Amino acid sequence: MSVAPPLLAVEGLTKSYGGIHAVRGVSFSLRAGEILALIGPNGAGKSTCFDMLNGQNRPDTGQVRLLGEETTGKKPRDIWRMGVGRTFQITATFATMTVRENVQVALISHGRQLFNLFGSAPNFDRGEAGRLLELVGMGGYADRPCGELAYGDLKRLELAVALANQPKLLLMDEPTAGMAPRERVDLMRLTAQIAREKSIGVLFTEHDMDVVFEHADRIIVLNRGTLIAEGSPAEVRGNPQVQAVYLGEGLVYDARHREGASS
Amino acid sequence: MAFYVVQFLTGLASAASLFLVASGLSIIFGVTRIVNFAHGAFYMIGAYIAFTLTERFSGAFGFWGGVVVAALAVALIGVLVEMVLLRRIYHAPELFQLLGTFGLTLMVEDLVVLIWGPDDLVGRRAPGFKGAVDFFGQNIPSYDLFLIALGPVVLGILWLLFQRTRWGVLVRAATQDRDMVAALGVNQKWLFTSVFAVGVFLAALGGALQIPRDAVHHAMDLRIIVEVFVVVVIGGLGSIVGAFVAAVLVSELNAFGILIFPKISIILVFLVMAVVLIVRPWGLFGKPEAAARKTPGLTVNPWRPLTSNERLASLAALVIAATLPLFVGNYALTVGSEIAIFVIFAVSLHFLMSVGGLASFGHAAYFGLGAYGVAFLAKMAGLPMIVCLLLGPLLGCMGAAIFGFFAVQLSGVYFAMLTLAFAQIVWSIAFQWVSVTGGDNGILGVWPASWAASPSHFYWLALGVAALVTIALRIAVFSPFGYALRATRDSVLRSEAVGINAKRIQWTAFVIAGTTAGIGGALFAYLKGSVFPDNLGISLSVDALVMVLLGGVETVSGGVIGAIVYKALNIWLVSQTDLSKLVLGGFIVLIVVVFPKGIVGMLEMLAQRRRKSSPPGSSLLAKPIESAE
Repeated sequence: MSVAPPLLAVEGLTKSYGGIHAVRGVSFSLRAGEILALIGPNGAGKSTCFDMLNGQNRPDTGQVRLLGEETTGKKPRDIWRMGVGRTFQITATFATMTVRENVQVALISHGRQLFNLFGSAPNFDRGEAGRLLELVGMGGYADRPCGELAYGDLKRLELAVALANQPKLLLMDEPTAGMAPRERVDLMRLTAQIAREKSIGVLFTEHDMDVVFEHADRIIVLNRGTLIAEGSPAEVRGNPQVQAVYLGEGLVYDARHREGASS
Repeated sequence: MAFYVVQFLTGLASAASLFLVASGLSIIFGVTRIVNFAHGAFYMIGAYIAFTLTERFSGAFGFWGGVVVAALAVALIGVLVEMVLLRRIYHAPELFQLLGTFGLTLMVEDLVVLIWGPDDLVGRRAPGFKGAVDFFGQNIPSYDLFLIALGPVVLGILWLLFQRTRWGVLVRAATQDRDMVAALGVNQKWLFTSVFAVGVFLAALGGALQIPRDAVHHAMDLRIIVEVFVVVVIGGLGSIVGAFVAAVLVSELNAFGILIFPKISIILVFLVMAVVLIVRPWGLFGKPEAAARKTPGLTVNPWRPLTSNERLASLAALVIAATLPLFVGNYALTVGSEIAIFVIFAVSLHFLMSVGGLASFGHAAYFGLGAYGVAFLAKMAGLPMIVCLLLGPLLGCMGAAIFGFFAVQLSGVYFAMLTLAFAQIVWSIAFQWVSVTGGDNGILGVWPASWAASPSHFYWLALGVAALVTIALRIAVFSPFGYALRATRDSVLRSEAVGINAKRIQWTAFVIAGTTAGIGGALFAYLKGSVFPDNLGISLSVDALVMVLLGGVETVSGGVIGAIVYKALNIWLVSQTDLSKLVLGGFIVLIVVVFPKGIVGMLEMLAQRRRKSSPPGSSLLAKPIESAE
């Protein structure tokens, strides 16, 4: 029995589109400094779930609490102000601005200077911007236009931007999608290291099982909108239901394929 | 009762022509993503050529043949324009295409006067439809009945064309995702050309069919293009059924508005458009626009503040400009004052467009509101000039605060159209509310105080204000707010994910730009000694757009250069030649084709090339990074 509320507590999250139940009664929690992976096959409801956590999408029923405070129905920008950083499946950055300026925008917002019309933005928190970029290994790229970066570097920049408001929680939607295998490992190692040092909770979705099993402290598995398993990597790996979901798909495909061939 | 029915039918008849032109514009936009400003020009050429042909060849065959041949001939001109001009600018920023087609419109306006003369031409009646049908004592021209039938017929033909032919399937596919269509091996060049030809054909047919109803004249292009924009926006860009319904709606609003609300009849249509855009931003029959794929490599040059050398150079330029009264006469100083005022106007729009990515098509509204604000204060309250100059722009500020709040709910083309609608509403109020604004006669006698009355003093005043405004906006560009505004332009998704309220930032930028434009308008009222509805009209809004795009929308200082070059050229051309529009239009088209990044963008490119010819740095990271000045 814990005294302090968990960093993130999700209870009975449900969302339907028309007759399709995208997410059904999903509950889980996340502690500070913990790295939690949300996995499941395509269409399992990962993205819907994610969007409800970060405010892109409003759940039909259910609650999301951050450090005991309700975030359900809040806008993404308000959730960010509560200390949630996020990265996107397809990177979203300010393409015409330099790498440093990208981080500075987040710092300006964090410092609540958005409506400051007379200050000098190029000098705004330059030191902190540099530190964040060094942290993700982008120190040498500070003056590069963001639109010129390679995809892996964009992902690292997003991480630096997500860390700018000293978040308590990081939400990362497929952080390594579209990256080379070598880059994937590097990025997740970096994320895990930062999270442990700063005691940030991380929730991420991922398709690459190597990444998931190597870096997650705990894994939750979604299938057709419901949570079917939860536990340590070893527990989830050994779970027969999870195996059925992941391996079973191949059998179903095979059977259909054969049917198609015979008809 | 019969009277109202007849009024209704007249509205339907007007709708036919409007529908033809609007459907053409819609089809072209759907596939090529070009907002074809020249569409009104093609409509006008269609009418002129049809006039010539039907005068020359008599009989029913001569008339109907003339109409069709005219439309075909204009479609051929359209093909030429597409191949020579548009193909070069499909990859230019969206607004540059608008600028290019606007240049074309200017050229055509002078060309038709050159060929057909400046007088209105009254065409002959259509054979077989010369009489009128009696309807309970009211007369309906039988040609109107023909047009009423024609609208649905054309709609049906277009529907068959798009649903039942291979070409139609390709066009519909390209409307949804042209990159995918190209990837599937369709020759995009010819698809675009054919689509443009069909669109232009429809516009020209619409013009040709108007000759029995209306006189042909050389200003009919601007009138129709504004109406067509409204129709297309209400109906939904890309939707032909939408264009039809909206054409009927707009025509009926015009037909009945004049009966029911004679005072605000012009506003009515724009009010409906504004409401539609706010409630259903993608139009009645349109679909929400899928996020367009960003054209890569457009703006990779990061912006930076001026270096100390550049600051000195700018200061030197300002000092030289300030010594002008020592060398030139009063006329040149008045021209100089006007240019300075237009610099204020252009940099205000430039701030909104370049930094905020919000292309306002109705920016003159706030310029004009500033001018009217001064006129009210000076004439009605009798306040001294300095007070008027300080308070007058607040009217522009208020207008921008109200309209901007709604406008920033939208983006892209729809934002542009809503700002246009708002500007037209303001223009209509100035035009029709005669008791307060003097209507078309304007407000006269807004003279500067004695300390600013001499041309040289006024020039210094205008120059000083222009310099202050330019510096203030530059500071704003590199302020935390400026960064936030650029952030919302680049990615609303990311902005919101780092706690930025994008709409509020954009709204603030809109108010800043509107107030600044109002300052320009306030000075303009004193320069001219009067204000007129034209001070907030469409052509002034277009001037502002041209100045910004000419200078370079992707640069920090494009507005200043664009305003100086455009305005100076404009004033000089008007004094030198009767064909100023032809030359100016040609110049704009040339700029668009040869220097699609604008004047300042072009200078930057030259500077880059010069730097590149020097030995490059050894490592990738040491590569010099180009910046926009």
